[in-house]
Amino acid sequence: MQRQNNSPFSIVNSQFWTFVRKEFYHVFRDKKTLLMLFGLPIALIVLFGFAVTNEIKNAKIVICDYAKDQATQQIINKLEAGNQFKITKTIMSHTQIENAFKKENIKLAIIFPANFNKDLLHLNKAQVQIIADASDPNTANTLTNYATAIIMDYQQELMKNNTVPLRIVSEIRMLYNPELKGATNFVPGIMALVLLLVCVLMTAVSIVREKETGTMEILLVSPISPFLVIISKAIPYFFLSLINLSVILILSVTLLEMPINGSLWLLIAESTLLIICALSLGLLISNNSKSQQSAMLISMMGMLVPTMLFTGFMFPIENMPVPLQVITNVVPSKWYYIIVKSIMIKGLGFSAIWKETLILFGTTCFLLFVSLKTFKNRLV
Amino acid sequence: MRTLKFLLRKEFKQIFRNKALLPLIFVVPIVQLLILPLAADYEVKNINISIVDHDHSTYSRQLISKITASGYFQLADYGTSFHQAFQQIEKDKSDLILEIPQGFEKNLVRENEQKLFIAVNAINGVKAGLGGAYLNQIITAYNNDIRLQWSQPDKFNTTPVISVASSNWFNKFLNYRFFMVPGILVVLVTMVASYMSALNIVKEKEVGTIEQINVTPIKKYQFILGKLIPFWVIGMFIFSIGLLIVGRFVYGIVPVGSLLLLYGYLAIYLIALLGMSLLISTFAETQQQAMSVAFFFIMIFMLMGGLFTSIDSMPTWAYYIAKSIPVTYFIEVVRMIILKGSGFADIKNHFIVMIGFAVLLNGLAIWNYKKTS
Repeated sequence: MQRQNNSPFSIVNSQFWTFVRKEFYHVFRDKKTLLMLFGLPIALIVLFGFAVTNEIKNAKIVICDYAKDQATQQIINKLEAGNQFKITKTIMSHTQIENAFKKENIKLAIIFPANFNKDLLHLNKAQVQIIADASDPNTANTLTNYATAIIMDYQQELMKNNTVPLRIVSEIRMLYNPELKGATNFVPGIMALVLLLVCVLMTAVSIVREKETGTMEILLVSPISPFLVIISKAIPYFFLSLINLSVILILSVTLLEMPINGSLWLLIAESTLLIICALSLGLLISNNSKSQQSAMLISMMGMLVPTMLFTGFMFPIENMPVPLQVITNVVPSKWYYIIVKSIMIKGLGFSAIWKETLILFGTTCFLLFVSLKTFKNRLV
Repeated sequence: MRTLKFLLRKEFKQIFRNKALLPLIFVVPIVQLLILPLAADYEVKNINISIVDHDHSTYSRQLISKITASGYFQLADYGTSFHQAFQQIEKDKSDLILEIPQGFEKNLVRENEQKLFIAVNAINGVKAGLGGAYLNQIITAYNNDIRLQWSQPDKFNTTPVISVASSNWFNKFLNYRFFMVPGILVVLVTMVASYMSALNIVKEKEVGTIEQINVTPIKKYQFILGKLIPFWVIGMFIFSIGLLIVGRFVYGIVPVGSLLLLYGYLAIYLIALLGMSLLISTFAETQQQAMSVAFFFIMIFMLMGGLFTSIDSMPTWAYYIAKSIPVTYFIEVVRMIILKGSGFADIKNHFIVMIGFAVLLNGLAIWNYKKTS
């Protein structure tokens, strides 16, 4: 029996859910997009968990050994023993070094002068020269430090027999992440990135597509209020984001062996807040763009790349110039990132993150308000 | 040839008529090039330290002033309670804690050995590792100072000393921007050119205008060329503005190597890149699809291409993936030519690989574009 009821709530119930179902069909019929949406978080977790690391390993170096004696051989062995350096070859002349740098992606050249061991034993001093490819200054610095430390280590071994008085021993404890895994830092960042991508980009583009292909007209003249048309567009992406969130969490716990030290429900609640924030942002972008291309470029260039930079998971915020540090405060994912780190890794409760939550909540309300204000139910 | 000319005129008109796209194509990359290199700096500096001093002796004070004077550390908190210092770590106000136990000075002198406790917030593993190492260096240096105070100086002269002289080539002042700006420029050009062209064909599919082109005698290759050339020109243009104007006058980057060589490589790279995005657009049916596929690949390119992290550090499987994407080669070449002044002989292999990519990707795109559905 078909029930006829004119109360506004039942209209919301029946017609609204029909619209939601339509949007779900749209999303689930597009297998290629779905594959990418679910593939991306998995690929990111695998890449950041295993491949992308700030550590420097297997750096190619060349050795220019004029001495070829016992001491240089021992130092070379020491250099080779760690996983930082890979000696590609030993060359015999200075001119070859420059060619090696220009051609073969060599990061460091270490030069031992002639009579190295003799000088070391008889004059008690000898010199090693290190030339670094400083076109990448960080790597150059780090590798020079590594190599110097290894050479100093050798020197320490030479004077091992002397007992050292007045020794200060420092005992280092690594909190939260004793194995110094990169994933601990990256996973919360990936969560922010993926949630923003799915919500902002996909919502904006799917709304603008209706405008571009002309079907928006039809939706807007339907009896359901334009506001609910838009809400029904956001709902499938809301669910997709929740699924993505679970995929990321499951992968990081099982594959990357990350802990969830705090409350899982709090984490989910905070993520929902970010998702709503991102959906409002997507809505705002779709209000202000006429074609899918421009919606996409605004989301991508104006939002996604800054998010990657200003969240703080790839580049430390404290290194940025002060004006940029101020800008980072506007990026919602920065606060989400702090919240996730606090809950997942530090295991803190709500009392430690209420400030960040409040900021995120405020941003969400603001974005929602502005996007509803600018929403036009006429297409001209 | 005439057909192609008309096609090109159509494409350029479409691009320049779209007032929403133009600023996004031309202004946004430049703004990003101005901001990103400032932000993308992961040198480890400004480490905040909390010191818990239970000793309050001359030695502990000397050690603390050594640490704060080193330039690496900022004293965030100084107190006597470990609990309080730990709260600073929880709030991200400090990155590491140095705890000096009671009787530090007394025990060091009497028992010849004394421990210090360091706790590091290791969520960011790299920062933690380096911060711990820096602190250790300072402590060791301070330790040597104390030893010198207590023992006869001549005793130390008998031990062999190796001095290490290090020098930095190609970027003497270790300017991080010199390294980042060319890389970021590559990524920006890659992003704009590939998104725009990937979306372009799909847009015609979605709106239905491709049917009109399909019923004309336009050949497959003419159609593909007509789509490819405008974005090739835009890519060249963005790269030139980025390198010759922003790079030159904002960051002071003057290419050491030959510009001609650089542009030659860019030309081939853009052909390969556009081939890839055309391939994506022949597979996709909607712009949303094309966009998410393109985004997926660009994301991987950005992370694996060696822009931020060295590909040598990757595990073997990841290293081979990195070696099979075009961006890796272009980022390498750009840095080699601009910073090191490598010549054609040095990057001959890079050229061969990129030509291979260009032929393969464009061949696939033409082959996969069907006029009938």
